[in-house]
Amino acid sequence: MEFGASHAVTSGEIATQLKAQFGDLISGPVEFRGEVTVTLADAERIADVCAALKKNFGFDYLVDISSIDNYGEDPRWTIVYHFYGYGHHQHLRLKTSVSEEKSELPTVTMVWRTADWHEREIYDMMGIRFRGHPDLRRILMWEGYPYFPLRKDFPLAGKSSELPEVGFSRPSPMAGGPFVTIAGGKDTIAREPRVRIPETDALATTNRVERRADIKDAHGEGKGPGPIEPKK
Amino acid sequence: MPEVRDIQIPEPSARVASAADELQDMQGEKMVLNMGPSHPATHGVLRIVLELDGEIITKAAPDVGYLHRGDEKIAENMTYTQFIPYTDRLDYLAPLANNVAYALAVEKLMGIDKQLPPRCQFIRVICCELARISAHLLGMGAFALDIGAITVFLHTFTEREKLYNLFESLTGARFTTSYTRIGGLSRDLPPGWVEQCRKFLEEVVINFDETETFLTRNKIFTDRTQGVGVVSREDAIDFGLTGPNLRGSNVNFDMRRAHPYLVYDQLEFDVPYGTTGDAYDRYLVRIEEMRQSVRIVRQCLDKLPGGPVNVPDMKVILPPKERVLTKMEELIHHFINVTQGVNVPPGEIYFGAENPKGELGFYINSKGGGTPYRMKIRSPSFVNLSIMSHLLPGHMVSDITAILGSFDFVMGECDR
Repeated sequence: MEFGASHAVTSGEIATQLKAQFGDLISGPVEFRGEVTVTLADAERIADVCAALKKNFGFDYLVDISSIDNYGEDPRWTIVYHFYGYGHHQHLRLKTSVSEEKSELPTVTMVWRTADWHEREIYDMMGIRFRGHPDLRRILMWEGYPYFPLRKDFPLAGKSSELPEVGFSRPSPMAGGPFVTIAGGKDTIAREPRVRIPETDALATTNRVERRADIKDAHGEGKGPGPIEPKK
Repeated sequence: MPEVRDIQIPEPSARVASAADELQDMQGEKMVLNMGPSHPATHGVLRIVLELDGEIITKAAPDVGYLHRGDEKIAENMTYTQFIPYTDRLDYLAPLANNVAYALAVEKLMGIDKQLPPRCQFIRVICCELARISAHLLGMGAFALDIGAITVFLHTFTEREKLYNLFESLTGARFTTSYTRIGGLSRDLPPGWVEQCRKFLEEVVINFDETETFLTRNKIFTDRTQGVGVVSREDAIDFGLTGPNLRGSNVNFDMRRAHPYLVYDQLEFDVPYGTTGDAYDRYLVRIEEMRQSVRIVRQCLDKLPGGPVNVPDMKVILPPKERVLTKMEELIHHFINVTQGVNVPPGEIYFGAENPKGELGFYINSKGGGTPYRMKIRSPSFVNLSIMSHLLPGHMVSDITAILGSFDFVMGECDR
């Protein structure tokens, strides 16, 4: 059946018809604040259901895909799809669950190309893989980052990782030179090139640099601003 | 007896093959060009890895995330009201519109979005539309600047300065406004603000006309934008483009019209849309949208009702300070509101607002209480940029600035 602009149809009716087509796979619809949610029992069928939603039910616009970490529950992951149809102006939400051991479901990139970046983001943030995705790489975090930061067991303060922040960066040509700011110093004054003595600057990269005499006079040996650790 | 020589005449197909080989040698190897993350035309920290064949782009891979701050993670660890300042930093060219979209999303989850006092709704619409003018002025100015028309940028910035003065007297901040609260606004309009705003609207329309004389029929501008970065209607929908970028591609769709929130259903405005989907059409759509925004703000100022700006519920909005200091009940409400946050029922909603850059959506999953269990921000710039790897190949390197400028994205929102 086709849903054109002239066809006044509600998302509740669409959900009922979707249920008629897919039977027990689809449960719901649940309505809350005027929004209709259906649940898909088997995440492996997501691509089929999405293709049907686009082709038969007029949902030509995939608004968003997001994921929820139900930490401590089984199945751990919920994937949430939001659809919209420009023809009938209806919204629909579809949810499906994936277990932690599996952490994988089929991609819908062949149905809507906008799914590409949404799925990459979910993989990046929660570590759920999309089978058949053409280019499943990290998108917001850098390549090689070892954690999935939006999981509930990842602390808000973050975790340190071995890898440099940007995988492809190399030292700039001037790094370690006498007039170059040292990255990662204790404070801005420690990073400031003018407080350092160029002769001892070989230690600059480890931040163990000697304090210039006039600054030592002004601030003392250990107190106040300036390079900090004593030379070993 | 004349000497006999063999002349080789190759088959036509073999000739073509050898010519192609020669051409390949002439063209040489492909070059990889790294554009960004610090490049003025990438409007922030977008990096695009380009594969070039001479000056033609053969492959483009956008690399985002340089401004990722983990806003969604942060949102899970604070109350709904505490997150309002973070929304300023999404699309930082239109913070007021983000504030309104976020507040409406939380209010929808609480079921109080229809109970907002009329004055609050009108002021919020004014905020959204002024933010749209501000964002489009910058987007257009930077677009023109990128392709060589520096005057336009200076010109539109003069008007933005006036807007910032208006925002400052309204919210107390020029840039990071944090103006809305769950269930209302942080304060009412200051005295004399309506007159200042009217004065600004009279001046800004003159600026639009002047900007158009700079650009709309400028041969250099039209040559660089017409037929460049053409997005077909099908591609625009398939890649999930929203806002002016969608409308530029001949889709007559606006959230304010299709699903009116606040008081947009009581206001008259037109939804401009393009026909060809090129960079020039996106520019035309933006400039017309600003004129429509002026029209909307004028209607709001005329119709602006009196009365309170907050919902009359102390469980949602903070009670007045003088009563907090003298009355027991208000003190309790204030304490609970500040320490635990507004009590939001369990449930899940998605709310999308028509922001200057497109559809800014919030998907909030709540298990009840003062903190969201999961909040997903559907940012228009992120989705709009995903088309680049499809759109850029085939264009010249110099077209990139025109295409990126016409898409008008903000990395603060893209990377969240």
